[in-house]
Amino acid sequence: MSMQTGLSFEQAPPFAQPLRFFLTAPLFLLAAAGLIMLAPAALASRWTLPALALTHALTLGFLAMAMLGALLQMLPVVAGAALPASRGVARFTHFFLAAGTVVLMTGFLGADARALTAAMFLLGCGFAVFLAATAIGLRRAVASATVTGMRLAVISLGLTLLLGMALASMRTGGWTPAKDEIFIAAHVVFGLLGWVLLLVIGVAYQVVPMFQITPPYPPRLMRWLAGTILALLLLHAIAPLLPAATEITLVAESGLAAGVLVFALVTLRLQSRRRRKLPDVTLDFWRVGMASLIASAAVWLLARLWPAWAGSDAYPLLLGVLFIGGFAVSVVCGMLYKIVPFLAWFHLQAQLQARAGSIPTMKDMIAERGKRWQFRLHLGTCMLLIAVPFWPKLLAVPAGTGLALSAVLLEFNLLSAVRRFSRYGGRFS
Amino acid sequence: MGMILDYLGGDHRACDDLFASAEAAVAQKNWDNARSLFDRFQAAMAHHLRMEEDVLFPAFETRTGNTMGPTYVMRTEHEQIRALLQDMARAVLEADHNAYLGLSETLNMLMQQHNLKEENMLYPMSDQVLAADRETLIRSMDAVAR
Repeated sequence: MSMQTGLSFEQAPPFAQPLRFFLTAPLFLLAAAGLIMLAPAALASRWTLPALALTHALTLGFLAMAMLGALLQMLPVVAGAALPASRGVARFTHFFLAAGTVVLMTGFLGADARALTAAMFLLGCGFAVFLAATAIGLRRAVASATVTGMRLAVISLGLTLLLGMALASMRTGGWTPAKDEIFIAAHVVFGLLGWVLLLVIGVAYQVVPMFQITPPYPPRLMRWLAGTILALLLLHAIAPLLPAATEITLVAESGLAAGVLVFALVTLRLQSRRRRKLPDVTLDFWRVGMASLIASAAVWLLARLWPAWAGSDAYPLLLGVLFIGGFAVSVVCGMLYKIVPFLAWFHLQAQLQARAGSIPTMKDMIAERGKRWQFRLHLGTCMLLIAVPFWPKLLAVPAGTGLALSAVLLEFNLLSAVRRFSRYGGRFS
Repeated sequence: MGMILDYLGGDHRACDDLFASAEAAVAQKNWDNARSLFDRFQAAMAHHLRMEEDVLFPAFETRTGNTMGPTYVMRTEHEQIRALLQDMARAVLEADHNAYLGLSETLNMLMQQHNLKEENMLYPMSDQVLAADRETLIRSMDAVAR
């Protein structure tokens, strides 16, 4: 049985392995901030080239970067799933993801077909290796609702990648299907509601009760939610090919909105029943994330009731800001503030065989004030970003500045944990 | 028939409960209450670790012939947990609010990820490989001195 290998101490990945992902991610948040400031078209319409570069800086450069790092770290712990050749996989994936994202962004910004082709190759290689390794790891994993969530998220990531490659080859002139909007919709929906949301759901099942000591998620929700969401995503993707396409799309979207609402409301309810009532910046990031999910569902509902709103430039931008910035970036920041200090403490303790009192605790790794300020900056930036689609000329520079400061402070905070770790003699690999 | 997963998993929840109560008392600087709750938490933890180290782990190791596998990792983490508990005991004695909360945040993460590995992997695995002796094992764990 593989459970034994998964639990073996030597298999706990060295600190450097997830850390390089976590320290790279805020740099792409900074790049996104630069785009908002320097190319105001980025938040004028979702179809502008700067908007595409911005979206991928956030989704690939920040979110996927941090989430792949976290997944590599968590798989052995929550699922007993050791990845084959994990060190090599981490290095390779990190390099190809970072390089691929940079090249993709330049490809969009310069409308450069050669850069897009190169990005397809780099991202294709990076994700293919990661997907192959996690597929092997997850096959061996011990079954649980979290593992199911992770499996479905990884499947969605694979579909998002394939659809993205198809879209890129359309842009480079490889082929032109009759209805490219079907591919675009599926790419966006599998990426955000499949990969990002399903991974957060799967991870939430474990970490929400764990961080604050709350009651567990209802077992029936854990059994059904992730699978139902993936089924609705598949239905949504094929709906345009079916008779009664409009009605089926509406049914699928309503189901997805309901799933999003249920997850966010149940999570907030559990957190309100937490046993640990101490102030905790991670809890605040999660609450902002859940509130943004609820707001996304409300914005979607408004568009169903008011077709003029659905057809506006602002609608998809607002939905994107709420889901990507308000929900996903918040949750990832909150998670980084738990994972990085804990790993710094854990590796230091294990390496030095230190008596607990002789090394900094998890709380000493990153100053509370620094985390608090980054949270405030992030929240302020989200508020500004929500308004940018309506007044892009006026608000793009303030929102971009806020995002830049938030990204720099996030990186600074994470580095302060790394500095303490190495000052106490910690080894990274 | 009782399962090891339910028996020891339930004990994790009981320990979590005492942990949260003690931490809340420290946060309010209610030191008399904090000391008595921490003592109860520490005793419950010591009892839990002994049930595993004296009964479950030896049975698991004998049955699987593996002493360097999962139980080795779990024992290592038990030592980390004990060291943190000792420091927390000093902090609660010295009424050092900040020190306690720094240590308790660390202990919570360590303890929860440790419980996760046990409840997701080691206990279900034990229920499987030790199926025939489950009742006896649970009785022996019940008999471990509190």
